[in-house]
Amino acid sequence: MNFDLTEEQQLLQNAIAQLLQNELPVTRLREIFESETGHDEALWKNLVEMGLGGLVIPEEYGGAGMELLDLALASETLSYGGAPGPFFGHSLAALAVSLAGSDAQKQRWLPQLATGDAIGSFAFAEAGSVWQPEDWVMAGGDTLTGTKLNVPYSELADVFVVGVAGGGLVLVEREASGLESHPIDGVDRARRIGALIFEATPCESMPGAAADRVRDAALVLLAADAFGAGTRLADMCVEYAKTREQFGVTIGHFQALKHQLANMAIDIEPSRALYWYAAHAFDHIQGESARSAAIAKAHITDNVMQIARDSVEAHGGIGFTWECDVQLWFKRAMFDRAFFGVPSLHRERQAQLAGW
Amino acid sequence: MDLSYGEEYEQFRTEVRAFLKDVWPPKGDEAELSKEDGARRFRVRATEKGYLSRGIPRKYGGSEQPSDEIRANIIREEFSRAHAPMDVKGIGTAMLVPTLLEKGEEWQKEKFVEKTVHGELHWCQGYSEPGSGSDLASLKTKGELVGDEWVLNGQKIWTTNAHTADWMFCLCRTEPGASKHAGISYLLVPMDQPGIEVRPLPQMTGGADFNEVFLTDARTPADHIVGKRGEGWQVSRSTLKHERNSIGSAAQSALMFQGLVHLAKTTEYDGRPGIEDPVIRQRLARLEGTLKAHEYSGLRQLTANAKGENPGIIQTMSKLIATNIGSEVAKIALDLIGDDGMMDPLESGGMMARPGSQSSWINQYMFSLGIAVAGGTANIQRNVIAERGLGLPRDIYAERSSGK
Ligand SMILES: Cc1cc2nc3c(=O)[nH]c(=O)nc-3n(C[C@H](O)[C@H](O)[C@H](O)COP(=O)(O)OP(=O)(O)OC[C@H]3O[C@@H](n4cnc5c(N)ncnc54)[C@H](O)[C@@H]3O)c2cc1C
Repeated sequence: MNFDLTEEQQLLQNAIAQLLQNELPVTRLREIFESETGHDEALWKNLVEMGLGGLVIPEEYGGAGMELLDLALASETLSYGGAPGPFFGHSLAALAVSLAGSDAQKQRWLPQLATGDAIGSFAFAEAGSVWQPEDWVMAGGDTLTGTKLNVPYSELADVFVVGVAGGGLVLVEREASGLESHPIDGVDRARRIGALIFEATPCESMPGAAADRVRDAALVLLAADAFGAGTRLADMCVEYAKTREQFGVTIGHFQALKHQLANMAIDIEPSRALYWYAAHAFDHIQGESARSAAIAKAHITDNVMQIARDSVEAHGGIGFTWECDVQLWFKRAMFDRAFFGVPSLHRERQAQLAGW
Repeated sequence: MDLSYGEEYEQFRTEVRAFLKDVWPPKGDEAELSKEDGARRFRVRATEKGYLSRGIPRKYGGSEQPSDEIRANIIREEFSRAHAPMDVKGIGTAMLVPTLLEKGEEWQKEKFVEKTVHGELHWCQGYSEPGSGSDLASLKTKGELVGDEWVLNGQKIWTTNAHTADWMFCLCRTEPGASKHAGISYLLVPMDQPGIEVRPLPQMTGGADFNEVFLTDARTPADHIVGKRGEGWQVSRSTLKHERNSIGSAAQSALMFQGLVHLAKTTEYDGRPGIEDPVIRQRLARLEGTLKAHEYSGLRQLTANAKGENPGIIQTMSKLIATNIGSEVAKIALDLIGDDGMMDPLESGGMMARPGSQSSWINQYMFSLGIAVAGGTANIQRNVIAERGLGLPRDIYAERSSGK
């Protein structure tokens, strides 16, 4: 029994944190946040040089052959540092091809995804808050016609994993004929989204049935990202409470505020073990994988949204400004909560998966 | 990360299972024994095997096993699976015994430890007073050394099981000139004497587990002090630590939650089983998220303890989290049972009611509040998390009243 990270996992997290500390001061983060693309090529290059492009891609295709837990740990640390960019969509696309692709498809895409020379993304959501594989309507086949929404970095990606009716996954290349993409104004400008419009667009089916697995992985990564955002927000509040003075003392002296911060702490800290467990279950405890992922996504993204709201209050007037950094992670929390379905949806799945 | 226990531990689990299969429930002649005698016989055997009283030296009736959190956890899991008796529960084994082992004199250990762990001596905790609850160190009950005896005068309150206890471990002010915390001593006082009067205090549930204890020239021998004069506060801190651990156990929360899910499946709510109601499903699922986070954090702490590492801020949180879960369980249960939620829990069985019966849920609805208060209120827990966990400034009034 060892419910703890390995030394390598701790090193991975430290290395990412160090990189972000050096390369992504909040001033730079804000520039990217407010830029047209929400993407920083130099930062992306740094990240993929560390191997983050292919953490879960098998070694034979140039990846690190690691597990979902490693990917989730990276997500947490990236989120804590506020990292913008295509990591989330790219990682899931790489995982989907690794799990479901034919040998030829893997051969073609995984090596370039691993190096970051190609950027991947996925297109699952459809109009009407449709996210889940069992609800996908757009028909598969040799070509696609229809619209997918909320596609991470749709303007940037070179290849898309697209979900089709019946829970199948197909690959579409950026240059494919009849493919248009349009940015959508998402609230979290550190994770851009867009719409893909297909008009008899050629696609390639992937032979493996992996949509459910990819969903579980997405939920775990969103939970880990939310955890990173929640800890960042809680730390910001504690820091502020130790420096801001009113009535002649730092505001951390006031018990009402201390208790708010203590409540935040009990709402976030235990979640660390919750997402670790879900990520570990994905690779090692088959029977619990889907349910643990649903629980982690619902619980953590919901709690972190409340922490984000409380963080604004804990900062007073400045907390309500664009200038205050709270808003950056507040919006991360909004993204993590809504993306791939709101908490109540996954709580209902959690209930069904328990046979309730 | 590896959630299997490894070969050595699985081997150990197999041994524990085999042992339990042989002796629990009692077989042959032993099946005829009374429930209590059967349990006593079982505990002697389990202690011989090294499964119970693991932290207690052999000479005081324990099995003196090297500290191993993982073995302890396996034993807990297997014993509860088999519904076998665990170590005798109570304030004596949970709080007094660890304190004596850490701070007591040799003769004190010999006299009290074995009998307490075998359930032959019962204890109560005489800390709180009418004027001293959260601010425990302001306590006023006076202890004076007269000849070779301590003479005690004052009043304790909320003293759980004072009416059944043989002894009380008690905090008294023995050094009137000293500062607040330095004036307190930790005394062991026999309950059966003319100087002690115990009056039961009816609880809001209708039961009466706790009491007022009046001390009027109550006596105990001069050497029945743990630690030196004026060291009682530090001595008592080690026991409070043990109390927090035991109340915070995630396993108990998980059992309660299982009971709640069972209730939801078997109780009709709005014309169908409660579990099919969308609002109930959402509430159960949300609560389960909190519970699972608590459970897995327990695994994290277990791992840290086993490696001798500090688990960090999470260890200040167990009691408050368990309290919150207990309250939410009780609230959902009361909604499920509908009109029966107006019934008097005592009239319909009260504390003695079958676990899982409706009256036990009504009782739990109130009892969960007692847990929120006992052993340090929720607000006091938040102070601890904020101050010790987050490093925020200490309460100004608390600081001032300790003379710092
Ligand atoms: C079921 C039960 C069993 C018990 N068993 C025992 C026992 O066996 N032996 C024993 O000695 N005691 C026992 N107690 C007593 C228990 O330890 C005290 O009730 C508890 O410590 C609170 O003290 P109090 O009742 O004086 O409340 P108070 O301290 O008066 O608290 C009243 C309210 O004020 C708040 N408050 C007080 N100080 C602060 C502060 N600094 N910051 C913020 N809020 C504050 C509290 O949180 C609470 O909400 C038991 C209590 C219960 C309910």
